[in-house]
Amino acid sequence: MIQYIIRRLLYAVPLLIGVNVLTFVLFFIVNSPDDMARMQLGQKYVTEQAVQNWKRQRGYDLPLLWNAQERGSERMTETIFFQKSVGLFLFDFGISDSGRNIGADIKQRMWPSLALALPSLLVGLLVNISAALLMVLFRNSYLEVGGIVLCVILMSVSSLFYIIGGQFLIGKLLKLVPISGYDDGLNAIKFLILPVLISVVSGIGSGARWYRALFLEEVEQDYVRTARAKGLSEIRSLFSHVLGNAMIPILTGVVVILPLLFMGSLILESFFSIPGLGSYTIDAINRQDFAIVRAMVFLGSVLYILGLLLTDISYTLVDPRVRLS
Amino acid sequence: MSKLSSQLICLLGLVLSGCSDQALNNPYPESWANASILYTSFAERPKHLDPAVSYSANEYALIGQIYEPPYQYHYLKRPYTLVPLTAVHMPQLQYLDAQGGELAGDAAVEQIAFTDYVIDIQQGMHYQPHPALARGSDGDFLYHRLMEEQLEDISRLADFTRTGTREVLAEDYVYQIKRLADPRNHSPIAELMKEHIVGLADLAEQLGRQQNADLRKIAIAGVTAQGRYRYRIRVKGKYPQFQYWLAMPFFAPMPWEADVFYAQKGLQEKNISLDWYPLGSGPYMLTENNPNRRMMLVRNPNFHAEYYPTEGEPEDRQRGLLDDAGRRLPFIDKVVYVLEKETIPYWNKFLQGYYDASGIASDSFDQAIQFTGEGGVQLTPAMREKGIRLQTAVTSSIFYMGFNMLDPVVGGASERARKLRQAIAIAVDYEEYISIFMNGRGVAAQGLLPPGIYGSVEGKEGINPYVYNWQNGRMQRKAIAEAKKLLAAAGYPEGIDPATGEALILYLDTTATGPDGRANLNWYRKQFAKLGIQLVIRSTDYNRFQQKMRSGNAQIFTWGWNADYPDPENLFFLLYGPNAKVAHGGENAVNYQNAQFDRLFEKMRNMDNGPERWRIIQQMQEIVRHDAPWLFGFHPKSFSLHHSWYGNLKPNLMANNSLKYSKIDVRQRNARRAQWNQPVFWPLLVLLALFVLALVPAINAYRRRSRETIV
Repeated sequence: MIQYIIRRLLYAVPLLIGVNVLTFVLFFIVNSPDDMARMQLGQKYVTEQAVQNWKRQRGYDLPLLWNAQERGSERMTETIFFQKSVGLFLFDFGISDSGRNIGADIKQRMWPSLALALPSLLVGLLVNISAALLMVLFRNSYLEVGGIVLCVILMSVSSLFYIIGGQFLIGKLLKLVPISGYDDGLNAIKFLILPVLISVVSGIGSGARWYRALFLEEVEQDYVRTARAKGLSEIRSLFSHVLGNAMIPILTGVVVILPLLFMGSLILESFFSIPGLGSYTIDAINRQDFAIVRAMVFLGSVLYILGLLLTDISYTLVDPRVRLS
Repeated sequence: MSKLSSQLICLLGLVLSGCSDQALNNPYPESWANASILYTSFAERPKHLDPAVSYSANEYALIGQIYEPPYQYHYLKRPYTLVPLTAVHMPQLQYLDAQGGELAGDAAVEQIAFTDYVIDIQQGMHYQPHPALARGSDGDFLYHRLMEEQLEDISRLADFTRTGTREVLAEDYVYQIKRLADPRNHSPIAELMKEHIVGLADLAEQLGRQQNADLRKIAIAGVTAQGRYRYRIRVKGKYPQFQYWLAMPFFAPMPWEADVFYAQKGLQEKNISLDWYPLGSGPYMLTENNPNRRMMLVRNPNFHAEYYPTEGEPEDRQRGLLDDAGRRLPFIDKVVYVLEKETIPYWNKFLQGYYDASGIASDSFDQAIQFTGEGGVQLTPAMREKGIRLQTAVTSSIFYMGFNMLDPVVGGASERARKLRQAIAIAVDYEEYISIFMNGRGVAAQGLLPPGIYGSVEGKEGINPYVYNWQNGRMQRKAIAEAKKLLAAAGYPEGIDPATGEALILYLDTTATGPDGRANLNWYRKQFAKLGIQLVIRSTDYNRFQQKMRSGNAQIFTWGWNADYPDPENLFFLLYGPNAKVAHGGENAVNYQNAQFDRLFEKMRNMDNGPERWRIIQQMQEIVRHDAPWLFGFHPKSFSLHHSWYGNLKPNLMANNSLKYSKIDVRQRNARRAQWNQPVFWPLLVLLALFVLALVPAINAYRRRSRETIV
């Protein structure tokens, strides 16, 4: 397995270089270093001299990908691409174009994102799996039909509606929790109740239906029938046998997104003023802050690759037949 | 069961509120309940808090309370009047000829080669407590040579255990002016000030050559400290507007210790920099700076004595704005800025009393404001019932439609092009625009000058006679028939271009996108269609738009300007020939050139206010109204709401340091919050009951199925 992990990690290197090149090209197709300088310098009294100064100070006065004026390897190294990319592979994200340390910002902002995303994921899983098991338990009855209809209704509602409706009902009308905000430590709990609740409720429709489909496939299997024939109750057969055997597809969905939980949720964090990473990339794109954009895209790619690797490894844990080689 | 549930919910409620009687939805710590705190918000994190760099309204809202330039705008007096802040008196001006000889105060402008601004600052002012100024018992600075192990426990400025202070000296003002020239700082006014302050350009050049130079050791010819409390700035020629710059944070004092302290690499890596942790002498200091969540200003214990104004406008006394006359400032202990990106939660929290003031977003406008029969505005009954108050003020900004004067169709000084522009100026009905797109929050512009700026005229004498008539005691936009006559005279009868025989096609360059932008642009198309002109929209991003402006490739565009100071020079320079964007990279985006206008501008900008200057300003207004390089759009009107417990508020669009005058009635706020935020539990109990009821048939169904299976 170690060999497999090393091989996968090595595969990741060209992948990350490719992602980095793609981000670089896409960003600079839309924005030139001059545009970036003007964005950072503001709108009033911006002279050409000021633009040139900014570019020189920030290292954007070099050619983008190829420096024909240099010799040897410096033709590649004395470029914006090289100078701005090498540090990424050492996880040194550098300084943003507005002058802040990106690594420090990410460290500070990932915890609130995680504080929202992790309970949302865990409670959501619990609720969705429970709802799905209940629907399977009462399959072919009016309860199942009602559950499916409810799920379809829940799926059909925009997530923005859940947020605004939730804030209006629970925060404004019932006045049970703050409408938005955040605090450190345990004080964060009262701010997280509403966004977590909204996140869970808005995910029930699709989540419960997905798990129901998985469980239905399993309950028709011979081993479940055998379990019932042995006298096992429906509840026991569901929890002891069906749930365990449905773990692989559940893990596929869950483990792959675990690392990405750090990246936050744009809309939820924005509406609830949670100081996470959700809007970090979007804000940077709007401010034409290339340093942050490349760092966040790179980090997202690393986390996604890590998620896929973890998924593969988790297969071996839940299904002894799977071997990584 | 129901009783138990109710108890559980109450228990949960108590846990959520920290086992207190505080409202469950209160987003603030209980310990803040009885403190004199102002709660406000910010939607976008400020980019810079360094006074040499910062230049936008959201940044000034913070640093205006921390840094103190030598002058400020009087809080209550109108028109806007400069008064000393840290200076002892207004600057003493000394005019000099080219040889450095002193000239009399009434010397002709042509004779004046330099002007010396001599400024005396108050003695005994001190900086806020700050680790950069902390010294040990041996007198050495404690934190100017930080070791790695010292930095291990530091993640924010507050982690430094020791702080210090020192007196504000004249050399600190000199030091800050040098910082403006330092290329490392990218000050937005560096290039502008190089044209005015003697020696600044040379200093910038020198600093460009010397990396990491110590600014204390490099002299600047035109700026010198003359003792501990006096400094002199020498500007080129006569530049009366320079006094307004001296009221902006760019010219606030900066201790050299700040630069030495923040330059340490370990601090920069932790985002501890002067750009994020200011060091000033003003009424407040920034003690918490998390631009992703919350920023907090706390009263500066070292703030020098400053008192609430004792005079204002005649009606200020009736409004209670002079009740605190002569009392020591500031009144509020702490200001909490909370990040609120979305307007809906912000508005709802304002209505719950958790923000003390609010703007009015378009989606809550109807909930807050209603129009009276006379076209005025007032609060809705629901707002009045809560004791909320409304303040409005016309801003010193202008949004305009510009015609590129280099364009062969709409530009140039020809009679044909001028008539075409005038016809369009009549057709584009900005009163309608203000009504549809701005909920009435604006005033149609009659020229370059917003109301309140010297030279602006109200009433019949102040209208743009090429676009409006004065009828029945009010201005009336000219009929579209008059515009069509002008259009025909311009050679486009009914909007037909004789060269093609079809409708004249004009192009509007804009950055507007999205549904709101589409509605806006459709409206512009309709305005031009009134004349039979087809308007083609060229939407683009802001980068490309700026590029087009720089190269002169746009034909018609919309843009705006917010005055830096209340002087007509800061608006007329937008049409001054040598400021043309294409030729000189200046702010004259329409590339307007008019020799007479330029001559008048050069004369006007160096004059003191008086009848002669007034006359020239009116002449200049007449020239640009006649030539119509701009279609004068509108001056936005700011609407703000505040609760009844928030006092001493008077709109002052020039001052950025007005927080020190505000006061909060904490007892009233607490009483209102408690009244407005009683939690409602019964729907939860109903929900719980419904859930229990739903379980009964489910359990029955399960039992039945189990029995069937067994059978």
